[in-house]
Amino acid sequence: MKARAFDYVRVSTIDDALAACARASGDFCYLAGGQSVVPSLSLRLQAPQLVIDISRIKEMRGIALIDGALRIGALTRHAEMLISPEIARHAPLLRLAAPHIAHPAIRNKGTIGGSIALADPAAEFPAVVLALDAELEIAGPDGRRRAKADGFFKGIYETGLEPGEILTAIIVPQFGENDRCAFDELARRHGDYALVGCAIQGRFAGNDVEAIRIAFLSAGPTQKRARNAEVVITGHRLSPKTIADAQSALELDLDPTEDEQTTATMRLHLARVLLGRVLGQFSCDSPRGGGRA
Amino acid sequence: MSVLASVSITVNGQVVQALVEPRTSLADFLRNDLGLTGTHLGCEMGVCGACLVLLEDRAVHACLMYAVQAHGLGVETIEGLSERRAIADLQQAFHERNALQCGFCTPGVLVTAYELLSNGACPSRAEIRDALSGNYCRCTGYEAIVDAIGQVARGRAKVPNTPAGCKIGSDTDETVS
Repeated sequence: MKARAFDYVRVSTIDDALAACARASGDFCYLAGGQSVVPSLSLRLQAPQLVIDISRIKEMRGIALIDGALRIGALTRHAEMLISPEIARHAPLLRLAAPHIAHPAIRNKGTIGGSIALADPAAEFPAVVLALDAELEIAGPDGRRRAKADGFFKGIYETGLEPGEILTAIIVPQFGENDRCAFDELARRHGDYALVGCAIQGRFAGNDVEAIRIAFLSAGPTQKRARNAEVVITGHRLSPKTIADAQSALELDLDPTEDEQTTATMRLHLARVLLGRVLGQFSCDSPRGGGRA
Repeated sequence: MSVLASVSITVNGQVVQALVEPRTSLADFLRNDLGLTGTHLGCEMGVCGACLVLLEDRAVHACLMYAVQAHGLGVETIEGLSERRAIADLQQAFHERNALQCGFCTPGVLVTAYELLSNGACPSRAEIRDALSGNYCRCTGYEAIVDAIGQVARGRAKVPNTPAGCKIGSDTDETVS
């Protein structure tokens, strides 16, 4: 349960991190909050020769509203999502999801960038950024780029990040007047890996849902939007029939996996139950901050 | 063996300088290099909560970070909290209510309780349970721990230990005797 010996370098800028990566002669990994990387090193699931500590890069910190979008530094800790006034006002879905992530001490150290870059199929924030239609700011050996959250999550622990690239910030469209959001998950115990989880953000026009994005976690090899369910709901009010039709559509949307927690059939059933509950919290009558966490 | 790293960490108010292997966890550094064995190691993977310490006043797992990552930062262990009597009321309440048996989890539980109550909050039983969700205790069944933390929260808020006082007392699901 101890990591294999490695060399360690602490960097203070993104450029220094990329330079350290370029100099690395063997395999390396970046270390931010470390709440998944450190156990993976202890269990020797990976054993890099070099660990590059990016946790003190100032340009990857902070939450700021820029040109109608919220830029959330990748090093923003889960606990900060719970107390930040900017998050509560401009991206409340993150605040709704944060209490479901592990336990308080993990939330004090784990970062949103780490959660998204790792892409654990049971992680909350990858589903949230899909529902938010967020963009990901990425720095790498070939320069800086932006990627849509849509298409970023490719498989178990597999993302659109190229070797050496660093996720530096998450760009979230500003929460509008008629926007609403909701989040919930089913777990055997609070803080455990979810059996299934669901994040929703959308916009109302009167009582009708004008636009909606529904993303699931723990419902397949990667976080995924339920596009058929979205189509069923778009343009309609959330009647019991609309909700039932959306629940039925999940069979086309999700590819649940079987694991030691439950079967694939049970997961699909639970996803339908959860969708009904979360749609119940997602309402034009609910407060702007969304349903209960 | 990798190149040793020079670290300077303020541990319980005292600056400690040392050369460490980068792979040395903060928990191993505290226990083996500094002899601060109140920080316990259970799972070494961030599940059991026995190794919680305060890093810049926030509870973190000492097994989930390397000592080099604490360079230039402040760490407070159960020894520090105990010696400056920051948790004397919690320790007394844990003793009175039998909120520990073997004591292995207790340092981590006390660090969680210290952080939970540090902002003057008067949490409900549900909120105390949620805060404790990352602390495993295989002896007590948690009831006495929740009781003790609730009692201290009310004591610090100078709220009488009656159902009319703070919202802990108004819980109807369990009796705080």
